Amino acid sequence: MLTLVLFNVTNGLILGMFYVLMALGVSLILNLSNVINFAHGNFLALGGYLTFVLEPYLGYWGALLAGPICVGIIGLIIERTAIRRVYDRDPVYSLLLTFGLAFIIQDLCRTIWGPNGLPLSIPNALNSPLSQQFFFITGYRIFLIAVVIVAVAALFGFLTYTRVGTRIRAGTFDIETVSALGINIGLLRSLNFAVGIFLAGLAGVLAGGQIGLNPNMGDDLLLPAFIAIIVGGVGSLTGTLVGGLVIGVASAVTSIWWPAGSEVIMYILMIVVLLVRPRGIMGEEGVMT
Amino acid sequence: MSETTIPAMADRTQQRNWLPLAAIWLVLITVPIWLPYVGGYNALASRVLVFGLAAMGLNLLLGFTGTMSFGHAAYFGLGAYGAGFVLRYWIHSTPLAMLAAILLGTAAGALFGALMAKRTGIYFAMLTIAFAQICYYVAYSWNSVTGGYDGLRGFQRAPLHFGPYIVNIRDNGVLFYYFVLAVFAICTGLMAMLLRSPLGRSFIAIRENPRRTRFLGIPVERHVWISFTISAFFTSVAGGLYALLNNFADPTALFYVISGNIVIMAVMGGMRSFWGPLIGAAVFVTLQDYISSMTVNWMSFIGMIFVAVVLFFPRGLLGFIGRRRRA
Repeated sequence: MLTLVLFNVTNGLILGMFYVLMALGVSLILNLSNVINFAHGNFLALGGYLTFVLEPYLGYWGALLAGPICVGIIGLIIERTAIRRVYDRDPVYSLLLTFGLAFIIQDLCRTIWGPNGLPLSIPNALNSPLSQQFFFITGYRIFLIAVVIVAVAALFGFLTYTRVGTRIRAGTFDIETVSALGINIGLLRSLNFAVGIFLAGLAGVLAGGQIGLNPNMGDDLLLPAFIAIIVGGVGSLTGTLVGGLVIGVASAVTSIWWPAGSEVIMYILMIVVLLVRPRGIMGEEGVMT
Repeated sequence: MSETTIPAMADRTQQRNWLPLAAIWLVLITVPIWLPYVGGYNALASRVLVFGLAAMGLNLLLGFTGTMSFGHAAYFGLGAYGAGFVLRYWIHSTPLAMLAAILLGTAAGALFGALMAKRTGIYFAMLTIAFAQICYYVAYSWNSVTGGYDGLRGFQRAPLHFGPYIVNIRDNGVLFYYFVLAVFAICTGLMAMLLRSPLGRSFIAIRENPRRTRFLGIPVERHVWISFTISAFFTSVAGGLYALLNNFADPTALFYVISGNIVIMAVMGGMRSFWGPLIGAAVFVTLQDYISSMTVNWMSFIGMIFVAVVLFFPRGLLGFIGRRRRA
């Protein structure tokens, strides 16, 4: 029984890690640029594939960083050329634009790397299970959780202690005032977008090592990311973190008794939060109504 | 919202321009005659009308109330399943199937709308996506009732009975097209009446300036909810027709790709005009049909249509032509 509980909780925790990375990226972009990035899951896949391409040259550890950085740069270019142009328009346009981009990126990945799954090889040191009884706790899974913790800590450190990070946080509350203070919000939004895409790329690398690469690997993570943001409270990055962890753990715990319900519980949680606390767990009045 | 149209003025031009209206109906009525010559087929024409109706229904909300839904696949798909349930499990009757489609889709629209009416802008959009995904998920996993991934199959639309006369829309594609057209005509008539009524006027007022509308004593949130429900109503009619057209209902009708397609049709045609979404649907559905038969990379082309519309034709085809003419 203990093994079963641990097995499900581990699975849920791993899934929760992906939700968190994905949701933090979507949330960053949503908060500062008011854009729902429908293509986020496709950037995730692209990050995984770029790592796959770079791995033979840089080794796993180099590619682990270089892949997400490359996809971040691609994100930056797309932001500068296309997405930037819809910031001041009706939100319907940003949704349609990223929706179209999602199609294009997914098709690109399928055309270049094929529709079937590709394995992303991981170092042997990470591959062995820690013990016979707890076969599901592999070194890779612990490594994955550690990387996510480091990345999230780095993100919050960046937002709290650096000047740019402070500006991003300020922009979430009142972009006009930030702009009036002489800060180039165009540049700020581009940088912020790139950081969000970097997180997606990182999630792609980690997911690639776990389940392999395929062109629509990010699709199943997009909606949970939205739910994490709604549950945590739109406009609050801490809320998104909490929301991602909550739905991850909730799915894990549910799957102990009711395996098919692991997704249902996310939606139930969302509806309960909307009824009891419409702004989400950490959402604040006045931000992103 | 920018791009102001003064409602009274739009009204007058609509009354004066009976010619385009006559042209639209003439084209729609004569479709089965000229369609074979341009390489089309009846099911494609029916599909254009079905998605046109869905996009026009969405546009009541998007273009005329200024509230965005990116989850109208929910009401479209529930309409399809509603019709499917009746034909598959209960009774062989097309009118009852349509009634079930409307009831299921509209009830869901009213319920979800009530849960999110207080939200606006991008938050509202995100909630519509999430609610649509709930419906998709239920249809996908409730295998014993919905048929799961394969969808609800094994039913056929039933011929219509008018007293002693039987209109066999089941086997005759042209007759079915006229059935869809008749439903479409009733729905667009209702929409036009709605937009001329005080309620419709209040929707436009909300689009132009929600705060000022509130000051005038109109309960904005309740009216957004009403608009959402009416919009879901028309979209569920389209969904019901979609199930009759295909003789199946599957989860892809509820998927967010359909939501995106309906929105792009409305925007592509011109979301500030009454007939724009129909034009958008005609162009999009035809292109989709053509492209997907031409290349395996159809997804890229569809994606590029989205990008091009957003970056180069944000006012849509009708908006684009209208601007040219006025200039």
